[in-house]
Amino acid sequence: MSLLDFFRSKRSTTTAAVARDRLQIVLAHERISRDGDDFLPRLQKELLEVISRYVAVDQNAAVVKLDRGDDVSTLEIEIELPMPTAEQSRATRVAL
Amino acid sequence: MSEVIVVTSGKGGVGKTTTSAAFATGLAMRGHKTVVVDFDVGLRNLDLIMGCERRVVFDIINVIQGEANLKQALIKDKRVENLSILPASQTRDKDALTKEGVEKILNELRETFDYIVCDSPAGIERGAHLALYFADKAIVVTNPEVSSVRDSDRILGVLASRSKRAEDGRPPVKEQLLLTRYDAARVERGEMLKVEDVQEILAIPLLGIIPESQSVLSASNQGVPVILEDNSTAGKAYADAVSRFLGEDVPHRFVSPEKKGLFSRLFRGAA
Ligand SMILES: Nc1ncnc2c1ncn2[C@@H]1O[C@H](COP(=O)(O)OP(=O)(O)O)[C@@H](O)[C@H]1O
Ligand SMILES: [Mg+2]
Repeated sequence: MSLLDFFRSKRSTTTAAVARDRLQIVLAHERISRDGDDFLPRLQKELLEVISRYVAVDQNAAVVKLDRGDDVSTLEIEIELPMPTAEQSRATRVAL
Repeated sequence: MSEVIVVTSGKGGVGKTTTSAAFATGLAMRGHKTVVVDFDVGLRNLDLIMGCERRVVFDIINVIQGEANLKQALIKDKRVENLSILPASQTRDKDALTKEGVEKILNELRETFDYIVCDSPAGIERGAHLALYFADKAIVVTNPEVSSVRDSDRILGVLASRSKRAEDGRPPVKEQLLLTRYDAARVERGEMLKVEDVQEILAIPLLGIIPESQSVLSASNQGVPVILEDNSTAGKAYADAVSRFLGEDVPHRFVSPEKKGLFSRLFRGAA
């Protein structure tokens, strides 16, 4: 082990430390959804239902993106709203 | 023409998920549109090995049950172009996988992707059977160890009799052997089965030999497919195997023990 490696391993940049951090985040989220049920499919369905009351939306044009974080998770829902011309077509973002 | 490739073994813990991640990444790096599908419903792990666990929204069961469409469930890899992941469900059980559902998903994937890599769960029950049922090619992951070789033989039997190709009387699933966790030093000392032995027993073409390598653990710690690790012998062996899979003639490496110099012999264990 070189001197550099020695100092490096002292910081939390070892691969084992990365593994621990990743596991803590993913397991914290999994334990929540283990007891409750999967709410994401329902959330998406209900959001689409609400929006389609106002505009005609393609149910397949909704994309949900998620980033599970340590303190905050972000959920991004992108729904394409059809517009007369392609240039005018917009996306609506809902951040939770 | 797209191809469905199953990564299978019968036995658990032999390196199927490591292989699926590396192989799919390798195919994508060679410019082929590739998706890797986790069939291990209830015990999802491919997302961790691919490093996309924080981005999983929907999974294969959501798609089968109509709660999301395929486009919504696919996760695009952030490092490699042409690569997507379809995660397994963590909360449902294997019974939620149906033959019709899997067929529909694979047919839809065939429209977009050149290669569909299916990461099989262990065993020969529903999940493992469905992972291989629609396959055109099979990568049989085997460790040089008695129980693994026997289980691989069993899986070869299933491929030959219970795959869709077999049932339809079409040309059989093309089977290839990937011998993983190979320790050439132990082979030389007579402690481990030789590649020739395993190949003779299983009697299928050899796709590659993946050496036992410490970089596999550090890669999985970080959620990086090992084929992306520059200095990894396992990563290089996977890249060779991908080339062979694509029809190139690449000699096998890592078959004999690394010749150690005086320096590394003096500092044994340091590396
Ligand atoms: N070539 C290798 N060298 C060292 N360890 C390996 C190698 N291939 C796999 N492993 C380790 O073996 C274990 C099982 O691998 P995994 O891919 O999850 O197997 P499976 O999907 O067949 O259950 C993991 O801990 C992995 O890091
Ligand atoms: Mg696995």
